[in-house]
Amino acid sequence: MRFIFKTKYDQDISVTRHGGDRFWYSLLIIGMLFMPLLIDDFYLGEISYICILAIAGIGLMILSGYTGLASLGHAAFLGIGAYTHAFLLTHGIPFILSIPIVIIVSFLVGAIIGIPILRLSGMYLAIATLALCFIAEHVFIRWEHFTGGNRGLAVPYEEIFGISLTNSAVFYYLCLFFLIISMFAAINILRSPTGRAFVAIRDSEIAAQSLGVNLGIYKALSFAISGAFTGLAGALLAHYIGYLAPDIFNIFLSLTLLLLIVVGGMGSLHGTIFGAIFVGFLPQLIAICRDYLPSSIGSQPGLEPMLFGMILVLFILYEPLGIYGRWIKIKLFFEMFPTYKKQTFKKQKVFNKTDRV
Amino acid sequence: MQLIQLIIDGVASGCIYGLVALGFVLIYKATETINFAQGDILMLGAFVAFSLIGVLGLNYIVGFALTVIIIAAFGFLLDATVIRQIIGQPPFATVMLTIGLGFIFRGFASIFWGTDIYSFSTPFSGKILQTSGLVISYVNLSIIIGTAILMIILFSFFTFTKIGVAMRASSENQLAAYYVGIPVKFIFSLIWSISAGVAAVAGVLLAPITLVDTSISLIGLKAFAAAVLGGFGSIPGAIVGGIIIGIVEQLCGTYENYIFEGVREISAYLVLILTLIIYPRGLFSDKAEVKKV
Amino acid sequence: MSYFEIKDITVTFGGVKALNNVSFSVNKGEIFTIIGPNGAGKSTLFNVISRIYEPGNGEIHFNNQNISKSKPHQIARLGIARTFQNLELFENATVLQNLLLGRHIYKKSNLLNELFFTPKVKKTELEHRLKVEEVIDFLNLQHYRDIIISGLPYGVRKNVELARALCTNPKLLLLDEPSSGLTNEETIDLGFWIKDIQSLLNITVVMIEHDMSFVNKVSDRVLALNYGEIIATGLPEEIKNNDKVKVAYMGE
Repeated sequence: MRFIFKTKYDQDISVTRHGGDRFWYSLLIIGMLFMPLLIDDFYLGEISYICILAIAGIGLMILSGYTGLASLGHAAFLGIGAYTHAFLLTHGIPFILSIPIVIIVSFLVGAIIGIPILRLSGMYLAIATLALCFIAEHVFIRWEHFTGGNRGLAVPYEEIFGISLTNSAVFYYLCLFFLIISMFAAINILRSPTGRAFVAIRDSEIAAQSLGVNLGIYKALSFAISGAFTGLAGALLAHYIGYLAPDIFNIFLSLTLLLLIVVGGMGSLHGTIFGAIFVGFLPQLIAICRDYLPSSIGSQPGLEPMLFGMILVLFILYEPLGIYGRWIKIKLFFEMFPTYKKQTFKKQKVFNKTDRV
Repeated sequence: MQLIQLIIDGVASGCIYGLVALGFVLIYKATETINFAQGDILMLGAFVAFSLIGVLGLNYIVGFALTVIIIAAFGFLLDATVIRQIIGQPPFATVMLTIGLGFIFRGFASIFWGTDIYSFSTPFSGKILQTSGLVISYVNLSIIIGTAILMIILFSFFTFTKIGVAMRASSENQLAAYYVGIPVKFIFSLIWSISAGVAAVAGVLLAPITLVDTSISLIGLKAFAAAVLGGFGSIPGAIVGGIIIGIVEQLCGTYENYIFEGVREISAYLVLILTLIIYPRGLFSDKAEVKKV
Repeated sequence: MSYFEIKDITVTFGGVKALNNVSFSVNKGEIFTIIGPNGAGKSTLFNVISRIYEPGNGEIHFNNQNISKSKPHQIARLGIARTFQNLELFENATVLQNLLLGRHIYKKSNLLNELFFTPKVKKTELEHRLKVEEVIDFLNLQHYRDIIISGLPYGVRKNVELARALCTNPKLLLLDEPSSGLTNEETIDLGFWIKDIQSLLNITVVMIEHDMSFVNKVSDRVLALNYGEIIATGLPEEIKNNDKVKVAYMGE
């Protein structure tokens, strides 16, 4: 077990805890940079998709994992990002300009929606965002001038600095670039006073308030920041899909994002990466399951939602801290070996804090 | 006359929303969890009824009763085995858990019954009642009367039976109920079973209109609007909220041209959002009023 | 006008009067204790002061300012900090993060420079940290700095909550049953700390307390509340021997 001897307050503020961390993360990034040399286009596309999911996951993690506000409607932000981006590109705005506009638009939409509905607490918020998701899907269908309605909207082939985005290696680097940027942005927000205020709201609204945190503003801010990340992911997703149709951004996609953060591990940015990898490979996993099941069950289309639900239920019941939580436990097991105690992570019995007054 | 016709149709579909919302409210009052799988339990009810009546050829009334019993038992077991484990954890966990359960039910239904659309014959199928320009189908009539009967039964149960009163006591104050010797855990499971049973009733009544397939579970989402409108803590509120939503939907459908195209499909959600923003306590809230800043 | 003044506060919960025309005033620099049996309305009073409950009528004045219309999040900026009866800590954060949240009202950064974590943000973070370290030293929390709250024993948690309130640099400190659940030694320490808070940090303290020997040792003045009404005010000894107070606690 490594003991860190702290000599400066800076050490508590810096992004990495010690040299070992810096070494491994650098190694990871270098490895990611060489990825296109190692694997073929199909898997490169998959990894790009995982990066996009991870960016959206960061967005939802800030809202749900750090501010404690459940959103069942985050597909709407993916949709807003994707459609805005595609719309801007078709109207001749270059990629480099379009992305910041998308981020600002999603941020503002998040803030505008957030201000009224965030007065609601807990369950009501979940229900309201669920309704928003349906309304957004409907808007995507009906606002044909902007979205092309059910006919769909082709995303233009785009070039940055003269290189086409259809090249899978280029697109991969683009997604990776935005993932790293998003990760740093999220880390910075979370280690500064704003991020602390989010955590405060999650753990005790009443105490946060008494310490001077303006609940309304910070909740709306969290919603807006979350929207901005997810909108960015939506813009990248538009390129990944190539052709936008309203039914892509349905409730199932929202729930996939939720599955991502639950499986990854609530309240950790590591979790978004683990969760994105898991959700990204879930279709392949299900395909493998199909092969092993008798064909009468294996060929059923109902298998996918069923496995989806089962994974969700099992994680909530047995590993509420997700893959990241499991990773921490395994790490501790080896660090403490042979003195590891299961009780270290035993959950305290908590009593229901009621929404009713 | 057309308006009255619309309202009657609206009341019928509203009763279904109301019944599902009633399920939410019962569970919420008792355990402060919201069951996002309520619509999926309704779907299971419709499928079970189809199997009993349509496939095994049981008498409608017998099949109906058996369905309700089976689904109620299922609800009881669901609470006793799964839901109970999560009581006391943050709301987010219960939301995710019940959503996950909903997916399992839907997946199970499409594996077990397939993705075809089924129907089964009921004593009401195809018959209509015609009076002075109004056309009321027997199916709609059966829904309205069925809801009314169920409400009377539930009301008597909660008022006159010992166990019903115990349930109300546990909803008001768990700890106090526990101290006076009410088996709170058992009561909670019982509440889950009643709420599942009510959903099953809604499913069977609804089956002749929408036919039976996995998509009817979406009713559950519209029923949220009913529950929220009714105040989420009030049983009559749920039914009234449901009826209002049903009528609004009918009106939006008919006068779509005057509002905007496609308003019908999202009218329930719009009502939901507006209620939450403008009057989040709902119409029939029974909460003691504490003004918070 | 006194430093801190409550005027004719009435709070009604569904027909029951939790507080009925309560008025009292606290002088600058004193330790003022509110006692009373369960359900007397003590915590309700605190919740009215921190503006969580809206009183039916009445006014609250602090430092020559009417705060009855302030928003709950503005109270901390006015210099009023509080603790809670059933601990409202940020359970899944470290002690350090909890204390840093006490510095929230001195936040200078905005989202844009936090996004890039500019040197300016870092500088203010270090300033906050210095203040937090002072409080950590004051309340002996050095060992627990990096521990997550949910893993701490109850006594330490209470201490952390007090520390968090002190980090806001308050002028007035509201303590809701600070000694409940503490061991004997911890209660003795707490008594010294509260005295120090009064004398070294020049903070006025209003506290709700049950432990009468603790109250007698620490407080300058005591107010007794029962069924939402004031039954007595005075020096600790006077209250101890007051017949009405005895009846309220012991029954007839």
